[in-house]
Amino acid sequence: MLRLEARPTPSTAALLLSPVLAIALTLLTGMALFAVLGFDPVKTVAAYFIKPLDSAYGLSELAVKATPLLLCAIGLALGFRANIWNIGAEGQLIMGAVAGSGVALFLRPEHGAAWVLPAMFAAGALGGMAWASIPAVLKLRFNASEILTSLMLTYVADLFLRWLVNGPWRDPDGYNFPQSPMFEPDAIIPPLLEGTRLGFGAVLALAVALGGWFLLSRTFLGFQIKVIGLTAAAAGYAGFNSARITWMSLLLSGGLAGIAGLNEVAGPIGQLTPFVSPGYGFTAIIVAFLGRLHPFGILLASLMLALTYLGGEAAQISLGLPVAVTSVFQGLLLFFLLACEVLIRYRLRPQRAASRRESRG
Amino acid sequence: MTETVAILVSMILAAAPLLFAALGELITEKSGVLNLGVEGMMLAGAVTGFAVTASGHDPWLGVIAAAAAGAAVAAIFGVLTLLLLANQVATGLALTMFGIGLSALVGKPFVGIPLEKLPALPIPLLGRIPFFGPLLFQHDGMIYLAVLLTLGVHLFLTRTRAGLIVRAVGENHDAAHALGYPVRLIRFGCVLFGGALAGLGGAYLSLAYTPMWAQNMTAGRGWIALALVVFATWKPWRVLAGALLFGGFTMAQLHAQGLGLAVPPEFLAMLPYLATMLVLVAISRDATRIRLNAPACIGKLFHPDD
Amino acid sequence: MNFAKWALALAMLAGTAGAAQADPLKAAWVYVGPVSDHGYSFQHDQGRKAAEAAFGDKLQTTFVESVPEGADAERVINQLVKDGNKLIFSTSFGFMNATLKVAQKNPDVKFEHATGYKRADNMSTYSARFYEARTVLGTIAGKMTKSGVVGYVASIPIPEVVSGINAFTIALRKVRPDAVVKVIYVNSWYDPGKEAAAAKTLIDQGADVIAQHTDSPAPVQTAEERGVWSFGQSSDMSRFGPKHHLTGVIENWNEYTVQEVKAVMDGTWKSHDTWGGLASGMVQLAPFNPAMPKDVADAANKVREDIIAGRLNSFAGPIKDQDGKEVAAAGKTLSDADILGMKYYVEGVQGSLPK
Repeated sequence: MLRLEARPTPSTAALLLSPVLAIALTLLTGMALFAVLGFDPVKTVAAYFIKPLDSAYGLSELAVKATPLLLCAIGLALGFRANIWNIGAEGQLIMGAVAGSGVALFLRPEHGAAWVLPAMFAAGALGGMAWASIPAVLKLRFNASEILTSLMLTYVADLFLRWLVNGPWRDPDGYNFPQSPMFEPDAIIPPLLEGTRLGFGAVLALAVALGGWFLLSRTFLGFQIKVIGLTAAAAGYAGFNSARITWMSLLLSGGLAGIAGLNEVAGPIGQLTPFVSPGYGFTAIIVAFLGRLHPFGILLASLMLALTYLGGEAAQISLGLPVAVTSVFQGLLLFFLLACEVLIRYRLRPQRAASRRESRG
Repeated sequence: MTETVAILVSMILAAAPLLFAALGELITEKSGVLNLGVEGMMLAGAVTGFAVTASGHDPWLGVIAAAAAGAAVAAIFGVLTLLLLANQVATGLALTMFGIGLSALVGKPFVGIPLEKLPALPIPLLGRIPFFGPLLFQHDGMIYLAVLLTLGVHLFLTRTRAGLIVRAVGENHDAAHALGYPVRLIRFGCVLFGGALAGLGGAYLSLAYTPMWAQNMTAGRGWIALALVVFATWKPWRVLAGALLFGGFTMAQLHAQGLGLAVPPEFLAMLPYLATMLVLVAISRDATRIRLNAPACIGKLFHPDD
Repeated sequence: MNFAKWALALAMLAGTAGAAQADPLKAAWVYVGPVSDHGYSFQHDQGRKAAEAAFGDKLQTTFVESVPEGADAERVINQLVKDGNKLIFSTSFGFMNATLKVAQKNPDVKFEHATGYKRADNMSTYSARFYEARTVLGTIAGKMTKSGVVGYVASIPIPEVVSGINAFTIALRKVRPDAVVKVIYVNSWYDPGKEAAAAKTLIDQGADVIAQHTDSPAPVQTAEERGVWSFGQSSDMSRFGPKHHLTGVIENWNEYTVQEVKAVMDGTWKSHDTWGGLASGMVQLAPFNPAMPKDVADAANKVREDIIAGRLNSFAGPIKDQDGKEVAAAGKTLSDADILGMKYYVEGVQGSLPK
């Protein structure tokens, strides 16, 4: 029988190899699954992992899909490290999109101006922050769990968005369909690469990842976040103000989620619709943990997850794989990635009878 | 059935799936494990219960199969998080994704098939009391089961030794381990129980509430159940109250629409969520009470040799 | 001899050239939901299958299901174009701007967008006049209701739904002038639990007929359980309400799909807008329940025939809105643009719409 024994320090070799092992295991199980369902296993796997990346457009779309995941996940990770459980990033994303759209629709000058887009980004961040401040206030003043409040507020945000696009903000020339007017050109994020949808948002996301790493590893705030996450009591003795940390985490994750939302409506979508996000705020939670709450890990995890979404589409298009199978495959990949992580902090050893009685320190 | 009774009954029925799932998650969390995969487990139960019943078997066999399916899916979570020490939050979310996809796949041949609703089991004598009879004693078996489970979970946690051990494991897993209790085994059992009950919640939807299968038919109820556990400060009777509150507000906003209230339907639909938040805020103000009830070790990794 | 060989070679060459021109047409469909929903996306997929049956080897089809209506749609449609599809059907309103963007960049590909309003030289729109069927339903409801209260389980307050409610109510009140329609929105197209709860609420508030503009059979099922009449939507839901499901609104895209595919194959395709009603067969009624009394069925059939023949218009004046204001004078009918963007209730509907 094997058992797990803690490593004295996390193994770097395992850090790099565990995702590889996980992908290999997923491929094996996935291929078996596809074969059982009657699809060519090799072709399906190729559709999943290779087809989406075989063109410049595909690579740009990978970045487009990964951007909101990365933005949200960095903010969430900082919070999770400090034990602040912001489950409502989706709602903050929506409110950021709403706030930014407000600027695009109502505060634009008649003939365009260079400050519109930056103002929209700022509004997006503020909108997300404002929405995240509600759970912050409720937690600090009334002790209400941010898990519940942020989650409930997600539903409220979604309904509010629907009311806006069905009601006061709908396009007057749009036959009363539930959508805002299309944004004017000065309120749309221009593509960085001709023929793609890759915009400033992706660059910003990379900068945020870098900034997140810097914050965590080089600043005092980052240090406080890490300590509070590990031992709240010790943090208290050291004089770290947990209320400030709570505010910072929620505002940061809310602001970043808001920017992600604004980036979607001002970029790929170009207007405010009820379908701003297919659940990025929730998927970002997985991305944050897959990336082990570290900004660079999160960068890789967001690309990986984005690839599985794109791969699912490619498999449907080129092979007719049912959409339900693509979810199952995605779930399998996540399971294996999570399972193989254990090898980073623990190693497998044969169970020795004597070791069962080993006393801990 | 008078109109008031009908409205109150519809509240109870709307609350039932939430109650099942939340009770299960309560036990899981009491033992120190946070399983965010409730939605996936509910769907696994819903599709299995429906598939078994639609294939010609007794609906109660479907109910049992649903519980087993929920537990089976939960077992995946258990192995990943308790044995392989994977992160609980991420694994739970992955479980939700997986559960949604797997149930959609399994359920394909069963879409568009109608089923006989789970029959009502009126309790003799009690069922004939005016007002309270139809309100409380003329339901189908699963509603009674839900109430019995609430009582059972409460008694288990407060009156039995096993329940005490579960709570101990959730409060301080190191101490429990030092005392010789098999922490991971106990947690695994609680995770399975949570999965089984989530499966029952899903089965209620597909066998009694709307006897059909449609992919993703739980429509977010798993998340509400998770929130209800927190809302109820991990106490079973409060879970019942919370489920009724949520179900009540859901029906209330529908009634308001039907009566022609001049408020946009989107705002009315916000009511259940806002109400839950407000009540939570009101009861959370006593900080000590919260701290006393949240299992201290929830979500924390445990490894016997650490 | 030489000439014969030469002629044979030429003939074979011509034959091969002809065969090369007969490469199958690649066409693709984009669905917002799963085709197994037995509802909206299912009916669109029936169109695709009809085209497959009609053209056999000359057509090669692909479809993508459950595509979210946000930023992902543009990528999916783009990938379909890159994959060699020359005709793409995007079957939900929310795909409109994405389809237009891709259409503008790919002038040699033809696009068909359902339930939208934007067109281009290579992008057509098509939809069905669901409200015409609702007129027939309203007539039936007027004759079948005893309480005079009709419940309507609705999805989202968009014009397509509102025009259906209004056409239904107008017809209802022609038969039963004092009847009212109570509307409950569930804010979703497919949520069996919510739809059942809405139906229960309406029945508890006195409705003895339930109509729906949502896609699951839950309202029909709930109505059956409570002994109340019901109308289904998108597919024949009678097996969910064998005794009480009177009829329903079914969309049928088969003939239209085959027609458009043929036009592309023949090279005669042109961008156009199609809004077919009962006459075109794009919207149909589910078979009437035998429990429907003969006089009711006769009245319903007369209304249907009158609409098909053009004798009856669903929105012929005088029409008053909820506040009593006249929106169509006697002798006038509402225009297509009026109906496409309808965002007010007519008299007899209880409830209010976001302004």
